[in-house]
Amino acid sequence: MIYVQDVTLRDGMHPLRHQYTLEQVRVIARALDDAGVSAIEVCHGDGLNGSSLNYGFGRHTDLEWIEAAAEVLERAALTALMLPGICTTDDLRAAHGVGVRSVRVATHCTEADIAQQHIEYARGLGLDVSGFLMMAHLASPAELAAQARLMESYGAHCVYVTDSAGALLMHQVAERIDAYRQTLDPATGVGIHCHDNLSLAVANSVVAIQNGANRVDASLAGMGAGAGNCPLEVFVAVANRLGLEHGCELYPLMDAAESLVRPLQDRPVRVDRESLTLGYAGVYSSFLRHAEAASERYGVDARDILDELGRRKMVGGQEDMIVDVALDLAGRS
Amino acid sequence: MKTPVAILGSGNIGTDLMLKLRHRSPLLACAALAGIDPASPGLARARSEDIETTHRGIEGLLALDCFESVRIVFDATTAAAHRHHDEVLRRHGKRIIDLTPAAIGPYVVPVVNLDAHLEAPNINNVTCGGQATIPMVHAVSRVVPVDYAEVVCTVASRSAGPGTRQNIDEFTRTTARALEVIGGAARAKAIIILNPAEPPLHMRNTIFTLSRPAAEAEIASSVAAMVTELQTYVPGYRLKQAVQFHRHETGQLQTSIFVCLEGAGDHLQRYAGNLDVMTSAARKTAERLVVKGLA
Repeated sequence: MIYVQDVTLRDGMHPLRHQYTLEQVRVIARALDDAGVSAIEVCHGDGLNGSSLNYGFGRHTDLEWIEAAAEVLERAALTALMLPGICTTDDLRAAHGVGVRSVRVATHCTEADIAQQHIEYARGLGLDVSGFLMMAHLASPAELAAQARLMESYGAHCVYVTDSAGALLMHQVAERIDAYRQTLDPATGVGIHCHDNLSLAVANSVVAIQNGANRVDASLAGMGAGAGNCPLEVFVAVANRLGLEHGCELYPLMDAAESLVRPLQDRPVRVDRESLTLGYAGVYSSFLRHAEAASERYGVDARDILDELGRRKMVGGQEDMIVDVALDLAGRS
Repeated sequence: MKTPVAILGSGNIGTDLMLKLRHRSPLLACAALAGIDPASPGLARARSEDIETTHRGIEGLLALDCFESVRIVFDATTAAAHRHHDEVLRRHGKRIIDLTPAAIGPYVVPVVNLDAHLEAPNINNVTCGGQATIPMVHAVSRVVPVDYAEVVCTVASRSAGPGTRQNIDEFTRTTARALEVIGGAARAKAIIILNPAEPPLHMRNTIFTLSRPAAEAEIASSVAAMVTELQTYVPGYRLKQAVQFHRHETGQLQTSIFVCLEGAGDHLQRYAGNLDVMTSAARKTAERLVVKGLA
């Protein structure tokens, strides 16, 4: 059975600039739980303790959001994301204290070894632990699999191919998942996390499953950074047609996407000029709204900013460089 | 006659510090470098510079002939190892300058509080990110009280060795705390990012503060003066952009400072400004002890 991990209330924080109310969290979490998803991730878009000037202050603290979800969940595993360098094990301990039972520890795709203390600590708490290798398009399949092997050696139950830039093509997903399967213990899970910047999120998720992935990230109406994540209701419809087992009910998810989530999108979550540029230039999807804000403030085309960030090889978390690039471009013109 | 000192840790930071002392310090003589890996390139480099070495860590250092004469020991290992090193070195009456984020002793960032803790047996130099960003927060807070400071430090992956990689949590905690204690921010947050781009990128530091609205020109000139002072011992420190001001949605004044830090290229190439700012601070601290007759 495919383990469907919903990220509407985590990656979906980005398009809302981390402004979900507690009531929205409760209502969406309950709908997802009722519809049968395996896990629900809840916290700031940039992970625990991501609330900041650089990434945007949250309307609520992570603990408030997580507690709200914990109140309503009956079946799904409550999950949080953590990025070493942004949060510490202190934040994970606090999240565990209010109900988190699963954690994804995220690093840039070549930097798995900075997560050792966090993965070991999470295992010590008795959590389900995944490694999350971001910007996976920037490492070759063999390099990526070697990093996944490190995370497995620290104790991760599962490791993800995380296409943060929505830049991977279908054969590139297949090669990476295959490399994981060749390298990791058969008992270790393999996950896929997509962004729809090149309109490939559903297709890439299916390709990943066909090559041996057993965990899939998705969100209602694709709510997530850039052009959004793999849209959950679409993925479930496709999985049904393929005869894949996933435990989710389609119509309730369609209803939740349509009535609960899409109306919240003050900036449409879709493939458009700017979000397509993310996928094309290979840029971290969360940069989108920050680049649009910098574009407005400094009078530079958002596409030019994103393109230059890709050229400079900026990685996830370097949102501070968006203004730096905008100032450089504004000075040049 | 130069004052003999020793270094614990033969990784990137220890090696860079050794080369700085060996070739740049008029006051300090690097007598020994201690590591824990016989194959460490840092130890080989030290031997080629005729500096005594051991690969048996602190125990090996204690057994070296020169140890008796050593006045100051720099610790460039890890926060966890430093606790033991601190105990042992104190027993032997050595002055300790801690380059790990253990922060057992008081924080010192030379350009901000060089003379504040010279009597302390163990002085902590915070982190590379702290050395690069605390002066900027201090430059703002001497003009207007800083309600909140946040720093984003990005280092090239190649410059972050195993010790740094094991100490990510200690880095963020110690940097944030020191931004408050000596930077003067009421609350602070520190973020560290590793970027593996090739060729490696220069260390970048972005410093944000929130304060009540204040004279922007005064903040900008306080920052500029601080940069000039820092450049006396970290010549590669420069502002990448003019200081940016705008009104945050809370109504507070947001000040954004963009720093690019080029290293001196002693160990690793010039991208590794993170090594340079840390080892330059440690050297400056130790030289001050010598000048004040406290070593």
